[in-house]
Amino acid sequence: MQYMLLIHGDEVKMNAATPAGASMSPDYAAFNEAMGKAGVIIGGERLRPTTEAVSVRVAGDKTEVLDGPYAETKEQLGGYYVIDVPDMDQAIAWAARCPAARNGTIEVRPVWPTR
Amino acid sequence: MSRDEASQTAERVARESYGRLVAYLAARTRDVAGAEDALAEAFATALRMWPAEGVPQNPDAWLLTVARRRQTDAARRRHTRTAGEAHLQLMADEIDDAAQNPDEIPDRRLALMFACAHPAIERGMRAPLILQTILGLTAQDIASAFLISPATMGQRLVRAKGRIKDAGIPFNIPDREALPERLDAVLEAIYAAYAKGWGEIDGAGAPLAEEAIWLGRLVVSLLPTEPEAKGMLALMLYAEARRAARRDPNGAYVPLDQQNTAHWDDWQIDMAETLLREANAAGPSGRYQIEAAIQSAHVARRRAGAPTWPAIAALYDHLYGLTQSPVVALNRAAAYAELEGPDAALALLDTLAADKRMADYQPYWAARGHLAARAGRKDDAHEALILAIGLSSDEAVRQYLYKQLEALRDG
Repeated sequence: MQYMLLIHGDEVKMNAATPAGASMSPDYAAFNEAMGKAGVIIGGERLRPTTEAVSVRVAGDKTEVLDGPYAETKEQLGGYYVIDVPDMDQAIAWAARCPAARNGTIEVRPVWPTR
Repeated sequence: MSRDEASQTAERVARESYGRLVAYLAARTRDVAGAEDALAEAFATALRMWPAEGVPQNPDAWLLTVARRRQTDAARRRHTRTAGEAHLQLMADEIDDAAQNPDEIPDRRLALMFACAHPAIERGMRAPLILQTILGLTAQDIASAFLISPATMGQRLVRAKGRIKDAGIPFNIPDREALPERLDAVLEAIYAAYAKGWGEIDGAGAPLAEEAIWLGRLVVSLLPTEPEAKGMLALMLYAEARRAARRDPNGAYVPLDQQNTAHWDDWQIDMAETLLREANAAGPSGRYQIEAAIQSAHVARRRAGAPTWPAIAALYDHLYGLTQSPVVALNRAAAYAELEGPDAALALLDTLAADKRMADYQPYWAARGHLAARAGRKDDAHEALILAIGLSSDEAVRQYLYKQLEALRDG
């Protein structure tokens, strides 16, 4: 089954720790290696900060474009992984190993196959 | 009496009596969930009444009386047509008698533990079930310790309790013939809880380790002639005695061979040594006695410089023959590294490499990295250490492995 690990955290701190252009932190490099070796990783990327994001929605016949993410929260979505593991228990085990779990929150969502 | 004092008393009673009362209430009906509900209502009533009216002379008896009223009310609502009134009355009278002679409330906790660790209960659920029914831990706490979603843990606990009731799992202590195997399942469940608590050092782990030791003591006190129960309690105490020494003052991870033995807890080690002696005196050695003997040999080696590696390796040989467990194979290889060098140990690890479970088993890669570094196989060591870092969720362990990586680059 596929699961998405959504990495939520304080993006100001995250971006200060590894600014754009810096090489990947050793913790993440090791985590990626481990997922690759275990054959569970489907994909995943880091996301640029929410200051570079826009939110779009169509209300009636009017298209609204707003700066930043739609909802203000303390933690922002900073990256994601998609993994393929037999069950939720194992998805949780991988989330616990994700470096961001120590200072942020990893949301574990089963992928709902639609195709 | 203040509300605080009343709730403190209720908490103390809960800690000491929860399992005893659940076990007693559930023993006749085999309805663990019903017993827990009835007891929860009794505790809630106690919190309401005790601050105003004072704590009763015998809180256990008071709780049992209130809980059994709830339980028989609930049973009467459900079973009026199926179970005879006479039978219900008999049960109620029996519990009333017990409440009046509180010193004689029969201790059915062991029977409850055997029911929770029954072969018909899914193996992975036996430890959570014991933690909940005997200690009253919440599904949320258990879920965090076992890295499972709280909703899932809740459902699995409900299902397991349903199974005890529906499958007619008996509440009794197995007879002589079946006892060793069934006791093994109980010990395995308790040790699984301890292992969850041992893995974490500063997090939520330590309390779970204490709960497991408490359960271990309980089993030894209820089955004082069983050597394996003593062996397991000794094993947990040897590990627990070293807890403080596993971190240096900066919080960094310290492996066994570099621990300051002055920080080991003498009292717990002495207790473990006594238990192990008693266990071994009683007859042939089982798995936990062997593991405890290995820990005893480590203590002698580190404290008095006794040359115990050959004994440790021989004990691991024996243990591996008994369990065929990959975890034992890993520790056995580490022992052989001390006797015959890292290459011999790596050859032993190679036999494990085909086991798919090793792909995400952190201790395997940590051991591999450590041994390959000692053998001068730098590339292998580098790869294994990176994987061990990626698989670790413990910051101190990760920092320790980074240091090994650095030493590899510099050396």
